[in-house]
Amino acid sequence: MKFVCPVPRLKYDQVQMVHGAGGMAMGQLIDDMFLAAFDNPLLRCRDDAAVLPNQWAVSTDCFVVDPIFFPGGNIGTLAIYGTVNDVAVSGATPRYVTAGFILEEGFSMVDLRVIVASMREAADDAGVQIVAGDTKVVPRGKADKIYINTTGLGILQGPALSVHRIRPGDLLIVSGTLGDHGIAVMSQREGLSFETDVTSDCAALFDLVQLAVDQGKGAVHACRDATRGGLVAVLHEFAQASHTFIQLHEAQIPIRESVRGACEMLGIDAMNVANEGKLVLAIAPEGADAVLRAWQSHPLGRQSAIIGEIHDEGVGVVINTRFGTQRVLDLPVGEPLPRIC
Amino acid sequence: MKYVDEFRDPQLVRGLVDRLHRITHHSWVVMEVCGGQTHAIVKHGIQQMIPSKIELVHGPGCPVCVTPLELLDKAIILAARPDVVFTSFGDMLRVPGSNSDLMTVKSQGGDVRIVYSPLDAVALARKLPHKQVVFFAVGFETTAPTNAMAVWQAKAEGLTNFSVLVSHVLVPPAMTALLAASDNRVQGYLAAGHVCTIMGTEPYEPIAAQYKVPIVATGFEPTDVLEGLCMLVSQLEEGRCDVENQYARSVRATGNTLAQKRVQDVFEITDRNWRGIGPIPLSGLALRDAFKDFDAASRFELGHLDVHEPEVCQSGLVLRGQLKPYDCPAFGTQCTPQHPLGATMVSSEGACAAYYQYGAVPP
Repeated sequence: MKFVCPVPRLKYDQVQMVHGAGGMAMGQLIDDMFLAAFDNPLLRCRDDAAVLPNQWAVSTDCFVVDPIFFPGGNIGTLAIYGTVNDVAVSGATPRYVTAGFILEEGFSMVDLRVIVASMREAADDAGVQIVAGDTKVVPRGKADKIYINTTGLGILQGPALSVHRIRPGDLLIVSGTLGDHGIAVMSQREGLSFETDVTSDCAALFDLVQLAVDQGKGAVHACRDATRGGLVAVLHEFAQASHTFIQLHEAQIPIRESVRGACEMLGIDAMNVANEGKLVLAIAPEGADAVLRAWQSHPLGRQSAIIGEIHDEGVGVVINTRFGTQRVLDLPVGEPLPRIC
Repeated sequence: MKYVDEFRDPQLVRGLVDRLHRITHHSWVVMEVCGGQTHAIVKHGIQQMIPSKIELVHGPGCPVCVTPLELLDKAIILAARPDVVFTSFGDMLRVPGSNSDLMTVKSQGGDVRIVYSPLDAVALARKLPHKQVVFFAVGFETTAPTNAMAVWQAKAEGLTNFSVLVSHVLVPPAMTALLAASDNRVQGYLAAGHVCTIMGTEPYEPIAAQYKVPIVATGFEPTDVLEGLCMLVSQLEEGRCDVENQYARSVRATGNTLAQKRVQDVFEITDRNWRGIGPIPLSGLALRDAFKDFDAASRFELGHLDVHEPEVCQSGLVLRGQLKPYDCPAFGTQCTPQHPLGATMVSSEGACAAYYQYGAVPP
């Protein structure tokens, strides 16, 4: 018998799907390609929104979700909420949004009208105006139905929240159940469709951020919405930016039963699954109770929970299981792939 | 959650751990055969709870890990053909072939699609009559019945644009080969619960008798693994070598005879090469003559590919329970899930990936 294995393939010659999946591969692409070329102090901060010298916060995002309609929303809802949330987590009040559309020749006008109406509704809900836009149409087959880019602008009243303000001793609060959006979208995907009562959690999170800032006073250090890559991706950003070590408590992490069920079936972890309406907050302990109470009495934060804390020894993310054991929560390479058996 | 929480109950777990500590007096080397069990063990930190006298070694039961390089290279050739829609379970896409992997082929324009069931691939063939839909039929006895069903259904419908690239392997011959090896350390097996669900526990009787090792068909939840360990250690301490069934809520002695029948209708037993381990006689499944038309390798005249696996990583030793992942010099440095050297680092069921993902460290 021979015991052997293949040679490594250490770099990518082509862009692959993992480069857009919010995991390690995407982080590497951003560092080696984009940051290397565009490097400047604002970009280097790596927060969800850049805070410009005049206290405006700006963030941009592209939306290519498939399918474009899913339980609880559509690509238009996401395009507004996703971007205003990225602005809001800096502590800024979102004010203006721009919208760019790439449309595939032959795309249904009825669908487009529904998407645009959803965008208007979401913008009203989030208190922003859509003030500039762009439209491009590409030949059939050169794009998949519709892609949307939105850029959001918001104004800061106080100091910006930032991952660089995280300190050992901070507590971590999550604003509700994890994985709802990702499971709702996956349940509709071709080849993977399954029945679930889960709907996307996409929502404007500005109110929750402001509640935290008001109630937590200066104790709120950093805030992120746990989108692509889920909770685990956010926590790795926290740990890396602040050079800290994060300890979570499995029993305290809120996950809806139907999401757990779907994740068990697919062989993936809800903590790695995308959300579109959930915040993760790093807050000094003295402010945590007030914020938790305020969130729990808000419709978008009823199931908020303290899920862990920040330590100073080492860098990384570890979870204490229900059995008193520990395991590392590694940053996945890319989108979780359903397993074989 | 029903049928999950009951088997992850911290109090039940504590009780089983206490029992295991009470009954373990000697040192034992125990192999859990299935990658799903390895995953559960590392994820729930079971190694941190059990007596240090019990050494858990991780078995070859990871279908992605043992699929031979030649088959993978054939899959990559097929996936790159413009007339082919290549369908596969998700895990296979990142496993390195000789020069590429399926994910790379996809990024270069190959039509590679993840399906959750081979029957979805059959449906795709129905939907795309002008394309050749190929399904990568890999796995153990667990995936064989649905893969057999897909071929059966395609034949019944007269679908001429569906075929399968077969790389099925069987667990008992591999367990036997490990025990027969001169450097074997395994003293007892936790057999793979889902394989036993299909095939029953009877195929293990001759193995237990011939090699004098106890075998316990075991499930995948923390309480399953711990109860399986209690049953196995009791046998070892008492000097018994019986086949027992921990996973009684799923496994019957005779297994699922309907599923077995469909597998036998479509497949016959053949010699098979295991990646990282080598050839094992009568350890795989191939399509029977009546279904040969659905064999992608012959439909596309792939013939024999000459492949060489450079001796870089040591996943063969890991798959045989001879080496712990963290004892491999490449583990976590040259070899990570992002840039795997071997399949054991790619699949979520591979021991190296489980150790890496959950940060298992030497005791």
